[in-house]
Amino acid sequence: MSSTTVKITSLTVTEQVMTFVKAKLNTLTNALLLPVVGISIFLFFWSITAQSIHTSLGEFPGPKAVVEQFSSLYVEHKTEREKAEAFYQRQEKRNAAKLAKNPDYVGKIRAYTGKETFVDQIFTSLITVTCGFLLAALIAIPLGIWMGLNKRLNLAINPIIQIFKPVSPLAWLPLVTMVVSALYVSDDPLVSKSFLTSMLTVTLCSLWPMVINTTMGVSSIGSDLVNVSKVLRLSTLTHIQKIVLPASVPMIFTGMRLSFGVAWMVLIAAEMLAQNPGLGKFVWDEFQNGSSDSLARIMAAVVVIGFIGFLLDRAMLQLQRKVSWDKSSVNV
Amino acid sequence: MKNTQTANTNECNGTETDINQAFLNISQVDMVFPTPTGGFTALKDVDLQIDKGEFISLIGHSGCGKSTVLNIVAGLYQASKGGILLKNKEVNEPGPERAVVFQNHSLLPWLTCYQNVELAVKQVFSDKMSKAEMKEWIEYNLKLVHMDHAMFKRPDEISGGMKQRIGIARALAMQPEVLLMDEPFGALDALTRAHMQDSLMEIQSELNNTVIMITHDVDEAVLLSDRIVMMTNGPEATVGEILDVNLERPRSRLSLAKDVEYNRLRSEVLTFLYEKQRKVENISSKSAPAKTVEKRCVNES
Repeated sequence: MSSTTVKITSLTVTEQVMTFVKAKLNTLTNALLLPVVGISIFLFFWSITAQSIHTSLGEFPGPKAVVEQFSSLYVEHKTEREKAEAFYQRQEKRNAAKLAKNPDYVGKIRAYTGKETFVDQIFTSLITVTCGFLLAALIAIPLGIWMGLNKRLNLAINPIIQIFKPVSPLAWLPLVTMVVSALYVSDDPLVSKSFLTSMLTVTLCSLWPMVINTTMGVSSIGSDLVNVSKVLRLSTLTHIQKIVLPASVPMIFTGMRLSFGVAWMVLIAAEMLAQNPGLGKFVWDEFQNGSSDSLARIMAAVVVIGFIGFLLDRAMLQLQRKVSWDKSSVNV
Repeated sequence: MKNTQTANTNECNGTETDINQAFLNISQVDMVFPTPTGGFTALKDVDLQIDKGEFISLIGHSGCGKSTVLNIVAGLYQASKGGILLKNKEVNEPGPERAVVFQNHSLLPWLTCYQNVELAVKQVFSDKMSKAEMKEWIEYNLKLVHMDHAMFKRPDEISGGMKQRIGIARALAMQPEVLLMDEPFGALDALTRAHMQDSLMEIQSELNNTVIMITHDVDEAVLLSDRIVMMTNGPEATVGEILDVNLERPRSRLSLAKDVEYNRLRSEVLTFLYEKQRKVENISSKSAPAKTVEKRCVNES
C-alpha cells in the first residue's frame, strides 16, 4: 500500500520536472530562438536583394558592407579623438615653451574644430531629443491635466490639437528656423541655433500625444473616486496630487511613450534640415558626399537609429513599471 | 430652505418626530434630471425625518431613486426643490460629516488600506489630532472592521468583502454625523454579505451611528434597521410606507428566522414590493431611469 503511494508520488515528481523543463524550453524558444530565426531570414533576403540593386553609388549595401562600415566608423572616431588629443598636447607644449621664454605670457587654449564623429553625433541626437521631449512634457502634462479637469477648456482646445497633431515636422521646421533666427539673437549663444531649431521642432511634434493621453486619463477617472474626493472636501491641489495624478499615471505614461517615439522619428528629419550635428546630419552629409561607402554608412546609421529608438522605448517602459501602481497597464 | 410646510401626514409614520427637532430632516425633496426630451422627475415630495442614532433602510425596486435620495443627502446632487437639514443646518455640498460607503468600495487602488483610511483621517482631523493620535485612530478603525491584519495591503490584494470593510472603516474614521451606505453589500456573495451584516451590527452596537442604508435585500433591511423606508416606483418616486422594526437587539439571524414578528415584518415589505408596488413593465423596458446596474432583484429567499 505504502510502496504504491511512493511510486505514485515519485511518478508525479518526474512528471512535474518534465513539465517544468518543457515550459522552460518553451519560453527559451519563444524568447530567443524565434527572434534569431527571424533576423537570420531577414539578413538572408537583405543580402540577396542588395546584390541585385545597382545604384549610381554602386551596389546597394548588404549586411556585410554595413558591418564593415561600423568598424570603420569606430576607427574614424578613435583617430579623430587621437587627433584632438594631439592638437591639445601641441598647444600645451607651445604655451609651455612660450611661458619659459616670457614669464608674463598668458597661454591660450583653442578648441579643436575637427569634424564630429559618428559617436559624437549619436550623443548630440540623444541630448537634442531629450531636451525637446522634456520641454514638451513640461507643457503637455499640466495642460492635459487642466483640460481633463475642465470640460469646457477641453472642448475649446481640442480642435486645435486635432489640427496640429498630424502636421509633419518638415512643415514646422522652416517656421521654427525663421522664428529662432529672429528671436534668438545673442553674441555668445549658450546653444547653437541648429540645436534650438531641432529641439523646438521635436517639442512641437511630440506635444500632442502627451496632451491627448493625459487629458483622456484625467477625464476618465471614475466618478466614484471623484465623489470620494468631494466627500472628503479635498482642495483642488490635494485633489490633483492625491487622486488625479496617481489615477492617470498609466495613461500619462502611455502618452509619454508614444511621444518619445514620435520625438525620435521627428528628430532625424529635423536634424537633416536644421543641420544640427546629430544622426540626421550624418545621414544627410553622407547622402551629399556620395562616395561608394555612403550608402553602407547611411544603412549603418539606420540600424543605429532603430536600435536607439528601441532602447529609448524600453527605458520608458521600465520607468513606467517603476512609477505606475497599475502593473496591468504596463504592456509591451 | 424653500419649503417649511408640515410633514407628510400619510402612511404609517410610527415615530412621533417633531420636524423642527429632527436630527436629519429630508424635507419635500423633488429631483428633476434634465434630459434631451425635457425634465425627468425622479423624485417627488420625498419627506423623511430621522433621529440621532437611528438605522434607516431605504428599499424599493431598481430605478426608484433610492440612490438619488442618498446622493442628495450626501450633497453630491442638489435637490430641485426642497432640501436637507442636518442639525437644523442646510446641506448643499458634500462633506465628511456625511460620510458615504459606496457600493463598489471606491478605494484608491494605489494606496494601501492604511493609507486609504489615512487620507480621510488626515483631511478631517489633521488640526485636531497629533500624528500619533491619528495613527492610533486609523488603527482603531481598521481593528473595528477586523482588517488590522491587512493594513499594508493594496485593495487589489484583498477580497471584495475586505475592500468593503476598508470602505466602511474609512467612512467611520471620519466620525460622521450620518453614515450613508449605498448598497454596501450588494456586490458581495451571500455568505460574505451575512458576515458583513453581523459585523455592521456589532459596530453599530458600539458606535450607535445614524445610518441611512440603501438595500435590495429584504432580510438585510429587517435584520439591521430601526425603520424601513419603502419607496414607490419611479418616475416621481416618493416614500411609500415606513415600517418600524421593534425587534430586540442584539439580533441574531438564526433565532430571528423563526420569530413571528420578524416574519410579519418581512412579509410586510414583500407585500409592499410585490403587490402594492409590483413592477408592471418589463425588466428590459427603457422607461427605467438612469441606474442600469441594478439587475439583481430583491432577495426573496
